[in-house]
Amino acid sequence: MSALPRADELGVIGCHVCSLVCRDTGMEHARCPRCHSSLHRRKKATYSRTWALLIAAFIFYIPANLLPIMRTVSVGDVDDNTILSGVVELWVKGSPDLAVIVFTASIVVPMLKFLALVTLLWSSHRSSGWARRQRAKLYRLVELIGYWSMLDVFVVALLTALVQFGLLSLVEPLPGVVFFGLTVVLTMFASMSFDPRLIWDGKESDD
Amino acid sequence: MTDDTKPGNADLPEPVVHRPRINASFVWLIPVLAALVGLSLVINAWMQAGPTITISFQSAEGLDPGKTPVKYKNVVIGRVTSVRLSKDRSHVTAKVSLEKSAEGFATEDTRFWVVRPRIGLGGVSGIDTLLSGAFIGADVGESKQPEDEFTGLEAPPAVTHGAPGKTFVLHTDDLGSLDIGSPVYYRRIQVGRVVTYQLDPNGKAVSLQIWVDAPNDQFVTKTSRFWNASGVDVSVGADGVKVNTQSLASVLAGGVAFQEPMGPHETAPADESAAFNLFHDQATAMAPPDGEPKYIRMRFDQSLRGLKVDAPVEFLGIPFGRVVSVNLDFDEKTQKFPVTVGAVVYPQRLGRAHEKLVALAKARGDDAQLSQMMGTLIGQGLRAQARSGNLLTGQLYISLDFVPKAPKAAYDPSVKPLEIPTVPGSFDKLQEQMADIVDKIQKIPFDSIGRNLDQTLGELHRTLKQVNGDVLPEFKTTLQSAQQTMGTANNALSPDSPLQQNLGGTLQELQRSARSLRVLTDYLGSHPDALLRGRKADPAPAPPAATQQGSKP
Repeated sequence: MSALPRADELGVIGCHVCSLVCRDTGMEHARCPRCHSSLHRRKKATYSRTWALLIAAFIFYIPANLLPIMRTVSVGDVDDNTILSGVVELWVKGSPDLAVIVFTASIVVPMLKFLALVTLLWSSHRSSGWARRQRAKLYRLVELIGYWSMLDVFVVALLTALVQFGLLSLVEPLPGVVFFGLTVVLTMFASMSFDPRLIWDGKESDD
Repeated sequence: MTDDTKPGNADLPEPVVHRPRINASFVWLIPVLAALVGLSLVINAWMQAGPTITISFQSAEGLDPGKTPVKYKNVVIGRVTSVRLSKDRSHVTAKVSLEKSAEGFATEDTRFWVVRPRIGLGGVSGIDTLLSGAFIGADVGESKQPEDEFTGLEAPPAVTHGAPGKTFVLHTDDLGSLDIGSPVYYRRIQVGRVVTYQLDPNGKAVSLQIWVDAPNDQFVTKTSRFWNASGVDVSVGADGVKVNTQSLASVLAGGVAFQEPMGPHETAPADESAAFNLFHDQATAMAPPDGEPKYIRMRFDQSLRGLKVDAPVEFLGIPFGRVVSVNLDFDEKTQKFPVTVGAVVYPQRLGRAHEKLVALAKARGDDAQLSQMMGTLIGQGLRAQARSGNLLTGQLYISLDFVPKAPKAAYDPSVKPLEIPTVPGSFDKLQEQMADIVDKIQKIPFDSIGRNLDQTLGELHRTLKQVNGDVLPEFKTTLQSAQQTMGTANNALSPDSPLQQNLGGTLQELQRSARSLRVLTDYLGSHPDALLRGRKADPAPAPPAATQQGSKP
């Protein structure tokens, strides 16, 4: 794969925002002369940032699952639900399709994101040449589905706003949903702070 | 560096340098912050977590794991975390995690019960749980001994801990319609309720615990009388029918009432947990104390149809006790079936009579036992009788009475129980006398009386025939001749009969004689000398009749 030269080898550097190609002077804190956004060959401190955000997201993910996210009050019957108990309730009460959707959006997707990011970080750190193209695809997938993890938060926000019938029926958000939202936001930041070009760095051992 | 080695980049623009204010490593603040938040949550949860206790209930009705709260004074102090069936499936155990602030509830004498909507005859409670679902109520005691296994009450305790008031113990034969929570009335005001009840260890009586709220607990004095105020008390007296009840609720659900007795009595409030007797009705409760019951036995030789257990035993008309058993016996010697009647009597009910008898017995040197006194009384003719209390229903009661000319009865004061000799009852006597009368009537020879009467009647018949045949015709002729005689008399007296005419002539003659006599007397009156000289010649022609008349008489 040495046929394709890298920008590094050519001594140039591209601006991420305005795509201006500059000379790589190797200076610290270089900025694009046109749009003044920061220039770097690889995202700066990408490993530490991603790790930090990922760990923070994971820490928040624990209370997000343990604490109830929503309280539904219907005719005096108070019901606090965590994400998982909500899924179970939906399944038991005869809406398995909805249960699957919520389960996927709230449990599977965040977990997959954690796993994917950890895999990417780990393999890139070790400059592994294993399945680089698939890893690149995985990264794009993680970026794509990131927004959809906010489904739960949207549901709670909508229900809280709409279901306000006093004694008859009431929906209140509980602290769990805040932690869940933080998790989603932090994973999104983590995936953003990861530089996919790292996948391609390292030894050209795969060919 | 590289730009020297890589030519052809010289026309590319050079980046400018601008130092950022913050260091990249600040990013690690985020996970640290997250960790701090997480840690604070954990610490918070750990700080709030109180002890976990298990409560066993008969049923898990209304208990919802994760939802059912435990409340004390309507403040949530914990939550049911799980509900499980016990190993022997006889009850359920609910795991409850108490809050840190409710640590004091995990002590020995804390009571837990499930608050559900309850609708009873005495009232409605727990309505709010209809909507919110059941919760577990708690009542903490005073113990400091930690405990984590509890047995839940099936009904809310009637008394919460620390409430001002007093508990009292009532003893009774049977519970009646009382239940936990049944009201306690004082002058028809509810002042307390029944807390618990249980059988005595020997199973022969029931002990009730009642609670009387302050300040009304001061009205329970040492001499207070308690009675079962359940139901309706209907009494028929000389002044009509009286219906007596405490309240409509107590009619249906039962209740206890108390009052101090009439007359002088102690007014000091009763102590906590003081024991009282619970009487069946107000009349017995307010009656003077019965004292110690004595058991007596009587043997009756006649049928005692109508004598029931609980029939009264009266001594000279005073209620003295009641019948407790009526049993048939068999006497081998006489081949008879006597009836043995057992009764309990309360000598103290005789009041002053009893006191005097006791005093007398003591003065005589006898012991004041009932058996001794009874011996004396029986010597004086005291006998038991089964008397008819109600002729319509034929109910009998036992009457202890002095029977004059009673046959001597053997009495052994040492026999236990005391045996009272009996005489047949008044009704039995009446029956006997009736039988006697019937016997006598039967002895009258109605047959021969009838025959004689028949003969007499035949004779009478013959006599009458004779009268008809012989006497009557003669009588007829006699009457006829009598009629003739009367006719003759009639004829003789008729106006045109010669007798009448003769009589008329005679009377006219007499009239004329009388007239001439008057003329004579008149002449003599004016001419008295005529008697001597005779009558002068009249210048005027004198009626000749005058001379005739004068000569006549």
